[in-house]
Amino acid sequence: MPKLLVNGVERDAALEDTAPLLWALREYLGLTGTKFGCGVAACGACTVLVDGQPTRACVMPLAAVAGKPIHTIEGAAARKPYAAVHEAWIAEQVPQCGYCQSGMVMATIALLEQNPAPTDADIDSAITNICRCGTYPRIRKAIHRAAAQLAKGLR
Amino acid sequence: MIKSRTRRRLLIAAGLVGGAFVVGGYLFYRPRDRLRLPAGMAAPKGEAWLTAWLRIGADGSVTVAVPRQEMGQGITTALPMLVAEELDCDPASLAFEQAPVDSVYANATMIADGVPFRPDDHGWLARLARHSQYKVGELLGVQATGGSTSVRDGWEVMRRAGAAAREMLIGAGAARWGVAPGECSTELGTVRYGNRSLRYAELIAEAARQPIPGQPALKNPAQFRLIGTALPRLDVAAKTNGRAQFGIDVRVPGLRYAALAQCPVFGGTLKRVDAAKAKAMPGVLEVIELEATSTSAAAVAVVADSWWRAKSALDALEIAWNEGAHARLDSAAQRALYANLLADGEARVYESVGNPLVELVAEKQVVQARYEVPYLAHATMEPINCTALVKDGRCEIWVGTQAPTFVRWLAAGAAGVDRDKVTVHIPFLGGGFGRRTEMGVVVQAAAIARRLPGTPVQLLWSREEDIQHDVYRPMAMAQLRCALDAQGGIRAWHNRIVSQSCTGGLTARLWPAAASDLMKDKTTAEGAFDLSYAMPHRLVEHVPVHQPVPVGFWRSVGHSYNAFFVEGFLDELAHSAKRDPYEFRRALLAAAPRHRRVLETAAQKAGWGSPLPPRTGRGIALAESFHSIVAQVAEVEVGADKALRVKRVVCAIDCGKAVNPGIVAAQMESGIVFGLSAALYGEITLKNGRVEQSNFPDYDVVHMADCPAIETHIVDSGWEHLGGVGEPGTPPIAPAVANAVFAATGQRLRKLPLRLA
Repeated sequence: MPKLLVNGVERDAALEDTAPLLWALREYLGLTGTKFGCGVAACGACTVLVDGQPTRACVMPLAAVAGKPIHTIEGAAARKPYAAVHEAWIAEQVPQCGYCQSGMVMATIALLEQNPAPTDADIDSAITNICRCGTYPRIRKAIHRAAAQLAKGLR
Repeated sequence: MIKSRTRRRLLIAAGLVGGAFVVGGYLFYRPRDRLRLPAGMAAPKGEAWLTAWLRIGADGSVTVAVPRQEMGQGITTALPMLVAEELDCDPASLAFEQAPVDSVYANATMIADGVPFRPDDHGWLARLARHSQYKVGELLGVQATGGSTSVRDGWEVMRRAGAAAREMLIGAGAARWGVAPGECSTELGTVRYGNRSLRYAELIAEAARQPIPGQPALKNPAQFRLIGTALPRLDVAAKTNGRAQFGIDVRVPGLRYAALAQCPVFGGTLKRVDAAKAKAMPGVLEVIELEATSTSAAAVAVVADSWWRAKSALDALEIAWNEGAHARLDSAAQRALYANLLADGEARVYESVGNPLVELVAEKQVVQARYEVPYLAHATMEPINCTALVKDGRCEIWVGTQAPTFVRWLAAGAAGVDRDKVTVHIPFLGGGFGRRTEMGVVVQAAAIARRLPGTPVQLLWSREEDIQHDVYRPMAMAQLRCALDAQGGIRAWHNRIVSQSCTGGLTARLWPAAASDLMKDKTTAEGAFDLSYAMPHRLVEHVPVHQPVPVGFWRSVGHSYNAFFVEGFLDELAHSAKRDPYEFRRALLAAAPRHRRVLETAAQKAGWGSPLPPRTGRGIALAESFHSIVAQVAEVEVGADKALRVKRVVCAIDCGKAVNPGIVAAQMESGIVFGLSAALYGEITLKNGRVEQSNFPDYDVVHMADCPAIETHIVDSGWEHLGGVGEPGTPPIAPAVANAVFAATGQRLRKLPLRLA
């Protein structure tokens, strides 16, 4: 069984190599913050960071991520943009039902790590996750707010 | 003549709905004490319940028992605000928890809203019907979240609970000091007398021993300090750091996971399943056959130690189905049937005023059009799931549900235990939109758990099962006819709608022996029979139809299609009359000042009439639903490839007054995006008795990149007009976009989803 490096801790995946990362996280490692939404990498509710890259855990076989650093929402505080993103999410009162938000936050962290000042077009192409409550306008505002906050921190 | 016939029909309807209950109610009904503490409701150590609605801890925390389910609408903030306002506590001390299942938390307002009367009808018959239906709701004791009723239902009782608790705390403080309660006051979580004060936390034990006052004094709304402010939501932090617990996140010791495959054809049954291969797969515990019930389809479930393993084994099963009578059902045949029913089906009349049919024959210039919408899935982000444990004659259920009372009733039957032996735990709902009023997954989970006594099982539907076995927003079709008068107003209006009945469907699923899905159902014609536009002669009727496709409540229910029919057709009439679509509507609302003001606000804020870039159009629509009035203006750019890009939506709402304006704005955004997904993409079609779509790639929804900028303006008309906000944002968006497409291209689109020829 593959070894996983999740949120800085080495863990046994406890499932076959071919099983998607999502189910190891949710059912064996107790990390239920990462959500199941579609199972076909369409909705992004299961977004985690693998080697810093936003990754849809519902289709990612364990064999492909063994040994690589994985960050889930529970360990997101270890990523630099997290505090600013969390604050911005609260300031813009983003979540409604909240189910997609772990994935949204992780996708946003990845975006801001790679592009500290994203434009609206950058946000459109990076945030492809689905939200059925329609929190998109607030997510957009929160990303800009977090980016501005991070830029202030750098000065 | 017609008038008296209508009245007779209404009398009969009211009689059927509430007649027996009126008699029963007046003879036996005792006003239900909604403040009493449910039996056996214990507070954690160091805390005390003051009424059924709040408890106070030694640390000063005020935990409000929220009787409605949080599915995104912000109810776990709005309802605690009502309590906190009257309790005079520090909003920073507020917390919430899901109230248990008990009739004290019933939503009688939701039941009362079902009577088929216009919201502005305050005649004796309408009032009697609402009153008796409200009592029916109290007697049934159904705890449910729907119909955008939560704040309206909680408005009185939850403020009363806060005020009662405050009086109990004052009583305790006054006794401690040996002074009269009338000489004490309260301020931010303290009881005061002169310069002495005691924190609520210090008084909870004595306060809990005070009698609960039945009619405590309520504040005059002018004194509100918290209600009416954009208090930040109480659930946002947990929903940003991954800690919020949804049904799918329930983890109890020994938990096993189940995946299932349901018969792909509606109404089919299981022929046989070869489980040998699956049973040999890793982690597999059991393969279970589930018979169809009134709420759930025939299915085969696999239970394993991981959902992925259960699903893998399920995919390895060889299942043969008896497809049954509906194996040839398809959308084209349904559309042909509905078109025939439009012409000659037996209709139920929902509104008849004047002589519309005579007028429509007499007038030379009759405008007419046919509109239609498809079935829609809800596609809640959290796939459908339920966790069940059956052990020693008891059943425990964990489920994100909009109807906890139904969960108790149906789980009891499926698990084979008494209703009072069912405990229901309700985590957050990952989206509801009406979908989580349905009980199929609960019945299935309880049936599986019954086969594995002592083992808790979490049944989770795949997204494909969700899309192909939803309880759908009905497909609907309407034929509209209108005669304009010489001044460009409406003289006669006839709207004939065909669809299945949502209320009939749900009732037949819950009480299969008692109900018919052809009964009169207000939701089929809501948004069509209750218009405020001036139409001296009008006839609104609905032809019910039975189909094997299960239908149910989908955000805004009948309004979701009727607003598209009515507001699209009104735009056509404006065009016929050579009038501006905004001015045309405005003129028709001369006698409806609230509607008119909402329409004007949306138009003005959107810059109605100002120049637009090429290939861009503006459309307007107005819809009253769930006691709120909403107007929206959409700006739509039509690409060279005929793609529709909705760039901006301006929304105005009159919900009386906003308890929390921040949440009202968020709900307008939410309703608009939800309705926009349906306007641009949503379509469930049938072929060979099966749903053709299966997951987000072929059941597309709005994403970040195609989400418009949205601005909301709240129009204030006073607390006496309190209306809902969860659903009213949805109805106007589809017609506003369709009308904008017409303005941009001259093409009138009368079918959803919107596609340019």
